[in-house]
Amino acid sequence: MPRPKLAVWKFSSCDGCQLSLLDLEDELMAVAGAVEIAYFLEATRATAKGPYDISLVEGSITTAHDAQRIQKVRKQSKMLVAIGACANSGGIQALKNFADHEDFIRRVYARPGYISTLATSTGIADHVPVDFELRGCPVNKHQLVEVLTAALSGRKPNVPRYAECMECKRRGTVCVTVARGEPCLGPVVQAGCGGLCPAVGRGCYGCFGPMETPNTAALAARFADLGRTPAAIRDGFRLFNANAEAFREEGDRHDQA
Amino acid sequence: MSTASGILSRNDLSALFDALAARGLEVIGPTVSEGAIVLAPLDGPDALPAGWTDVQAPGAYRLHPRDDGALFGHTTPVGGWKRFLHPPTVRLFQAATTADGFTITEGAPPPPRQAFLGVRACDLTAITRLDAVFQGNPFTDPIYAGRRAGAFIIAVTCAQAGPMCFCASMDSGPDLRAPYDVALTEILESDHRFLLEAGSAEGAALLADLPLTPATDRDTAARDRQITQAADQTRALPPGTAERLGRMLDHAHWNAVAARCLSCGNCTMSCPTCFCATVEDSSSLDGATAERHRVWDSCFSLDFSYIHGGSVRESGASRYRQWMTHKLSSWHDQFGTSGCVGCGRCITWCPVGIDITEEAATFAAVDAARHPVEA
Repeated sequence: MPRPKLAVWKFSSCDGCQLSLLDLEDELMAVAGAVEIAYFLEATRATAKGPYDISLVEGSITTAHDAQRIQKVRKQSKMLVAIGACANSGGIQALKNFADHEDFIRRVYARPGYISTLATSTGIADHVPVDFELRGCPVNKHQLVEVLTAALSGRKPNVPRYAECMECKRRGTVCVTVARGEPCLGPVVQAGCGGLCPAVGRGCYGCFGPMETPNTAALAARFADLGRTPAAIRDGFRLFNANAEAFREEGDRHDQA
Repeated sequence: MSTASGILSRNDLSALFDALAARGLEVIGPTVSEGAIVLAPLDGPDALPAGWTDVQAPGAYRLHPRDDGALFGHTTPVGGWKRFLHPPTVRLFQAATTADGFTITEGAPPPPRQAFLGVRACDLTAITRLDAVFQGNPFTDPIYAGRRAGAFIIAVTCAQAGPMCFCASMDSGPDLRAPYDVALTEILESDHRFLLEAGSAEGAALLADLPLTPATDRDTAARDRQITQAADQTRALPPGTAERLGRMLDHAHWNAVAARCLSCGNCTMSCPTCFCATVEDSSSLDGATAERHRVWDSCFSLDFSYIHGGSVRESGASRYRQWMTHKLSSWHDQFGTSGCVGCGRCITWCPVGIDITEEAATFAAVDAARHPVEA
């Protein structure tokens, strides 16, 4: 029986999520055994033609070319999984959605004439139907294996949508907001990283995007009580998942500029 | 039940650790970590939070130094003992595929044998609540039962209540009444010492191994004075809460709480009696092996009430109501007691400081206006 064909695609991104796949180490051989890695330029120049059983898509849509290419990827893919904050919500580069991108281009590039870009950075689901969104900046490699394993065995992946606080509490991390007055996005952010930042005494930066029912307004009110200015609250929501609906709306509510 | 008792000098405290180690027990107790007093394995008396106390408020916890070198001069430690009896994550089994199905290759790991040092009255009561859940008829959970049977409990008398404490109104403290092996009272007046009183045959046997001097009336009087002091609490759950909440299921105030509630699950995770768990299956990429784990769950997640077609409790209001009414009202119907022991952790560790006693008082006031006779 032929192995299912896996393709890995890159759009506007830093390649960190693709590296999470290469970083699997022990499990990488098992992945290579379970699927035919048919298209994965980060790992090999050798490619096999589609259609593909599973496509992992990294990165956001920031150019007209991207917008056309993702349509072709979708057409060739039985199952399309958007991996990482860029593919889910537009990534950190979606900060340009809140400003004039022409102004950015003029400031950054000596010869702006060569730059052809859209005014926004958006997630894959804004362009084509997505079968599963795997969160994270970058994605958690254990969750990545879980998504692949679930796809291969025809079951739903075990990727919870509840708050990051659940992971902190199970791990036994002392809450940084309660014990130190440190603003932490954890209560409105989806679990998945294992509670990395609070475990080293920092508040959550929201790499995994909004949890299933994010009460951002209540958390923002708490941040204000802790002394955060409206601009700081806005900037806290405008990070790696700035363009995710719940974070975009909460950030906008504190934008007094 | 034994009446053995005696005084252990502060300088001889390592003898207690030695005696517990000689019994093959790992000592779990309070220690300072990450800016708080947490429960963790202790190497010896030096790991105890000497000269530290805690100040708690809704959504806030801070450590403060105290100048008397007290080792147990704090109130509720972070978390509680639940994680040692009902672990946050535990493997239930490992399995491998066979020609005609699958076979179990490994079961749950064997239970550790632990000594719980410094269990406060509220947390002792919480353990009896968990006993009813996990060991009450008709089912016994083998993972809990194994850990519970191996646990040697050294309770500690609370010398003062914190502002979040309301054990007195829950009839779960401050006096130590639930089963324990040894009760410890830290006495700071004149010379720093501990009154140890056995509560079981194992406790009496442990005391026999320690360099104790006879306890005097002065020592037992100090213990009683501490309990009286700790009963002086500013917080309380209104009487009749169980009945009153049961009549409030459709009240608009649930929406007001939900506007503040983050549905983050911190209250349920911090609660010493919240016992809900889910099972998660995982499999190897080639499908040859699989594992099932039991993991703490929370009624604040959508998946918790997911049945065919969707989640039963979609709104934040319905999820907060589920938690609060189960804890304070329907727990009585299910187990014959309240699910709340008045430790106040859900108030302290709620990132936005939602206060269950304040919400209960709001509902009680509404209900009292409707049903004045039962007030």
